[in-house]
Amino acid sequence: MLKPENKIFKNLYNEHGWEIDKALKRDDWKDTKDIILKGREWIINEVKTSELRGRGGAGFSTGLKWSFAPKEVGSRPHYLVINADESEPGTCKDRDILRFEPQKLIEGCLIAGYAVNAHVCYIYIRGEYFNEGRRLQNAVDQAYKMNFLGKNACGSGWDFDIHIHYGAGAYICGEETALLESIEGNKGQPRLKPPFPALVGLYGCPTIVNNVETIAVVPTILRRGGKWFASLGKPKNTGTKIFCISGNVKNPCNVEEEMGISLKELIEKYAGGVIGGWDNLQAVIPGGSSMPLLPKKVCDTITMDFDSLIENKSGLGTAGIVVINKDQDIVACMARIARFYKHESCGQCTPCREGAGWMWRILDRVVKRKATFSDIDLLADVTKQIEGHTICAFGEGSAWPVQGLLRHFRKDIENRCREEPLIKKKIDNPYLVDQHLLENKNA
Amino acid sequence: MSLKKVHDDQPKDFKFSEENLKKADEILKKYPEKNKKSAVMPFLYLAQRQNNNWIPLVAMKYIAKLLSMPYISVYEVATFYTMYNLAPVGKHFIQVCTTTPCLIRGADKIVNLCKEKISPNQNQLSKKGNCSWIEVECLGACVSAPMIQVNDDYYEDLNEKSTTEILDSLIKDKPLKPGSYRGRKNTSPEKHKNLNEENHA
Repeated sequence: MLKPENKIFKNLYNEHGWEIDKALKRDDWKDTKDIILKGREWIINEVKTSELRGRGGAGFSTGLKWSFAPKEVGSRPHYLVINADESEPGTCKDRDILRFEPQKLIEGCLIAGYAVNAHVCYIYIRGEYFNEGRRLQNAVDQAYKMNFLGKNACGSGWDFDIHIHYGAGAYICGEETALLESIEGNKGQPRLKPPFPALVGLYGCPTIVNNVETIAVVPTILRRGGKWFASLGKPKNTGTKIFCISGNVKNPCNVEEEMGISLKELIEKYAGGVIGGWDNLQAVIPGGSSMPLLPKKVCDTITMDFDSLIENKSGLGTAGIVVINKDQDIVACMARIARFYKHESCGQCTPCREGAGWMWRILDRVVKRKATFSDIDLLADVTKQIEGHTICAFGEGSAWPVQGLLRHFRKDIENRCREEPLIKKKIDNPYLVDQHLLENKNA
Repeated sequence: MSLKKVHDDQPKDFKFSEENLKKADEILKKYPEKNKKSAVMPFLYLAQRQNNNWIPLVAMKYIAKLLSMPYISVYEVATFYTMYNLAPVGKHFIQVCTTTPCLIRGADKIVNLCKEKISPNQNQLSKKGNCSWIEVECLGACVSAPMIQVNDDYYEDLNEKSTTEILDSLIKDKPLKPGSYRGRKNTSPEKHKNLNEENHA
C-alpha cells in the first residue's frame, strides 16, 4: 500500500489544479537548476540507482537507455522524443498526466534532454487527444513565460525547446521507430533495428524515445533520490506505477500504486470489486490488449510487476487492467481485440498484415459457431507464423492475446467448434476483399 | 489497415486562408529547415479544419507544392492515418469507441442508438445533414468506458439514457457539455457505495 507522501502524481484527478502556479506548490520545478548542475553522469547514475524501468510497455531500464546516447555531440544534433501516442486498449494513464500534471512531464523533458545532450524535444501526442494537447501547449507556454524553457532554461545554461506533434489515429505510431517516421512526415511504418534510435533516430540523428510516465517521474526521483524510488515496490521492479482498471468492475479508475501490489487488492480496493463478486471473475488482461490474459485462478494470487507477470506467461505492459467477468463471452472479447489488430496493422510485413486478418476471421467464426475443430489448430499455427516474423513487436502484440486465449480457454473454444468441415458442405462464407469481408453474392 | 474512400465530388481549387498561412509559418518553425516535410501532418490538419472537416485531393496537391514534396507522399500520409477524412462528414462527427474495454461495458448499445438516431450506416449523413457517425478503435479513455468522441470532445461514462440525450442535443445543434456523465471527477475512484451494479450502458 502506497503511503500518501510517496505518491508522485498528486494531482492525478485534478483536485488541485493543473496550472503552473499550482504545480509549483506541489514542488514541481523545485531545485531543477541544482539537479542539472550536478551533471550528466550524476543524473544518469541516479536514474540507474532507482532501477526505473520504462513505463511504455517493454520495461527497459531508463538509465541504461540514456547511457546509449553518444557522450559527445558530433556533427548531428541529439533529439529527445516523448511518446504520448497512448493507444493500447485498456490504457489511459498518459492522458491524465498530460491533462493534470503537465509540468512534471515538461520538467522531466528538460532534465532528460540535458542528460542525453538534446536541445530539442518533440512530444508526439495522439491526434484524438486534441484537448489534452492544447492543455499541454498551454502548460509549455506557461513554462516558457517563467523562463523554465527556452534559452538558458531554468538558469541552467542549457537551451531547450519543446514542440508538440500530433499523430492522426495510427496505433502503430506508438512503436518508437514508426513514431519517428511519422514525425518525419512519412507513413508510420516501423524501421528495422539495428541501428537503434539512440544512434540513428529522428532525421538520422541520435534520438532517445521515452514514454510520458517514465519522463514524468524522473524529476521526483532526482529530488528524493534514486534510493527512495528503489525502496518502493519489489527488487528489479521498483517504484510506483499508474494502473488503469477498466472493464467489468464497479468503479473503473486510474490509480497510482506501488509496483508489486496484488491484482486482487487493486480491483477490490480501488475499483470496488468485480461486478457480481470476485467469484464472477472470468479473466483479466493485465497489461493492455497486447498481453495474454490471465484466468481467474492466476488472478487470485498474482502481483502486478514485470517479472511475476512474465513468469505467468503474460506481461505488465502498460498496466492497463481489463477485467472480464463471467457475463461476457470471452471469445467475442478476444475476437474484438483481434479485429483491432487487423485494423491497426501497418501493412509492411506480410505475416502481420495477413495473419491479423486470419486470426480475426477464425475467431469470428468461433463466436458465430461456424468453426470446425481443425480451425483451432489452424489458429494456433497462424499465431506462431506471425510471432517473431515481423519488423516490430506488433506481430507479438497481436499473436499473444490469441495464444493466451488458446492456452487458458481451449475447452470453451473446442465446445463451440462442432461444425462440419467447410469442404464437406456449402457455407455462405464471406470473402476477404481489400481487408474487408463481403458476402458471397457481393464478392 | 483501414478502408478509406476518396470522395467522388471534388472541389476544383484549394488555398490556405490568410490565418492558416500564418499558422503554417509557425508550424514550419518547429522543424529543421531541411526537414520541412515533417509539417505534412499538421498541414493536413489545417486543411481539414479549413474545409469542413475533410481533405480534398486539391488540398493534398497544394500542400505537396508548399512543402516541395511529391504529391503521392502526401496522398500516402493522408490515406494511412485514420483521422484524415477524405470525404465529407457531419458537422457533428461522432466517433464511437468499440474496442474491448468499451465493448464489455456496452458500446454495442451506443452503436445501435447511433444507427437508430443518426443514420443506419456509418459515414452516412443524418436526415438533417448535420451529424454522421463511425465506429473507431480505442480512443484511450478506457476507465471512462463506454465513451464517444464528438469532433474534439470526449463524452465519458455513458449509458443508454445519457447517450440518447447527447445524440438528441447534437441533432438539434445544441451540443451538451463533454466530460463524465456519471458526475465523477475525471478518472478518480468513486466512493459511493450505492452505485447500481448496472451503472453502465
